[in-house]
Amino acid sequence: MASLLEIRDLHLSMHSFEGAAKVLSGVTLSVEKGQIWGLVGETGCGKSLTGLSVSRLVRTPPAEYTRGKILLNGTDVLTLDEPRMRALRGRRIGMIFQDPTTNLNPSFRISTQLIDVALAAARHDSKILGLPATAGRWARRQAARRLAIDMLTEVGIPDAATRVDDYPHQFSGGMRQRVLIAMALVGQPDLLIADEPTTALDVSVQAQILDLLKQMVTVHDMGVVLITHNLGVVAQTCTHVAVMYAGAIVEKGPIRAVLTDPAHPYTKALMQAIPRRDVARGALQGLPGAVPNLVQPPAGCRFAPRCILAQPSCSKVPAEHERAAGHLVACPVVQAAHHA
Amino acid sequence: MLEIENVSRTFPARRGLFGSTGGVRALNQVNLSVSKGESLGLVGESGSGKTTLTRQILRLDTPTSGRILFEGQDMAKLGPAALRALRARVQIVFQDPYASLNPRMSVHDIVTEPMLIHRGKLGLDRRQRTDRAAELLELVGLGPQHLYRHPHEFSGGQRQRICIARALAPGPSLLLLDEPTSALDVSVQAQVLNLLIDLQERLGLTYFFISHDLGVIRYICDRVAIIFQGEIKEEGRTQQIFDAPKSEYARSLLAAMPEVRVPD
Repeated sequence: MASLLEIRDLHLSMHSFEGAAKVLSGVTLSVEKGQIWGLVGETGCGKSLTGLSVSRLVRTPPAEYTRGKILLNGTDVLTLDEPRMRALRGRRIGMIFQDPTTNLNPSFRISTQLIDVALAAARHDSKILGLPATAGRWARRQAARRLAIDMLTEVGIPDAATRVDDYPHQFSGGMRQRVLIAMALVGQPDLLIADEPTTALDVSVQAQILDLLKQMVTVHDMGVVLITHNLGVVAQTCTHVAVMYAGAIVEKGPIRAVLTDPAHPYTKALMQAIPRRDVARGALQGLPGAVPNLVQPPAGCRFAPRCILAQPSCSKVPAEHERAAGHLVACPVVQAAHHA
Repeated sequence: MLEIENVSRTFPARRGLFGSTGGVRALNQVNLSVSKGESLGLVGESGSGKTTLTRQILRLDTPTSGRILFEGQDMAKLGPAALRALRARVQIVFQDPYASLNPRMSVHDIVTEPMLIHRGKLGLDRRQRTDRAAELLELVGLGPQHLYRHPHEFSGGQRQRICIARALAPGPSLLLLDEPTSALDVSVQAQVLNLLIDLQERLGLTYFFISHDLGVIRYICDRVAIIFQGEIKEEGRTQQIFDAPKSEYARSLLAAMPEVRVPD
């Protein structure tokens, strides 16, 4: 059976004044239902673009997909036309973005906004409202409103039946993020893409939202791609993790395997840069050097110029090798050491 | 060095187009003291009063009640000249290095501006200011070759280094660091944190470090104060607070901290 989401060797370049920047080069990832994949990396590594590509929210041009496929339940979304894509967004693919204040329209009640999403999703699948396809407008609207209230209750908004008619400014940041999660789940998506959903929130609220997200995965049997720059968030929430650097995934696998046995030099460097419990004052390791220019990226491994293990063999594009079950590392030097 | 005694700040009720809002008590009887050469971390969620407190210390705002002593002087009682002299001793580094540098000024102008403002105290002529700016850039890990560039030519981490150089320019003894690394990536954050530790050891600086990132606070601070709704909920040695928090709020905050550890 086909995976829920399978990204195969995705290459994306962005046209800029300096030339074509190769922002994604060979991203391969597959997500199954019930899995929460953490996509981590630093600013500009392409993690958000990977997420946006799945729902085709990257404008082409300036972007251009030069190679690769994105298969959602076996269909390549890169070949779909806009009307068919619209049928997927909000229905098969739910999305949550970083800033809960800008993603709700301040001039409409949240009921209006949730009902809109529910009705749009129901146009593609009338089962969502639990009504026959022939149901009248009024009946559909009433059902959509009931669904909105149910979803708000489910994401933990107290007294949802009255709060549903409030405006976005009447909710706190954490509550707005809950509303957005409810909105993403209204269409009963198979895949949820959460792009830095907790970055704008305080830690205690962040913990609540992440718990909610985990709970929703079990209840709704979805797959999730959680995009974040915070490895702590990944460790707390995800079942799997993929570490990105300069447009490529350098290491991926089950969360336990990657965190207990980080193999790629970049993953190691990233973990050593986090102020953890056992790090003495002054002992934190920064990563020297800068992210490469993506218009003329280094040939082969893009991390090589900053890597302590770099060898002549790094000038070839690194192939992934399996270190343990499902734990893939794209580094020939590590591979050689592992087999030695 | 810095004594904050029973400081409260209340913002009065306001009447506007949509009716009136009640008064807000942003700080309530805050007591804190920072001694020379130490780092005090102030942790709190958004809206807890962290920034209001910083503004009181810089005297950009005056407390409704209570007083703030810097090296024994009551800041509220200082005249304009004395206040200006004091501001050379207390400097701040802001959160967002993209917003806190004037894009139209060169790094040279940015770093020498505080020396120009405090020229009475520092007594540096134009040439000496330029030399000192070059020295400061080297101190923060940049170099004289960066003097005549503009902020847009630098990465986030480098910009934050420029902000630190600017803060050090008038020769302060107390540095207020308002979330200096929260706009940076972790690998860059590590470099900036190490720079701050290094500068503290070399220049004997005192840090008042504000952050919502508990990991950063644990790494850099000797003592921690936890603020919630304008009140200090707990204060103590860093290790003691992280190992055995006493207040309920501190416990819940620590429990919510996303640590990188292998899940069970």
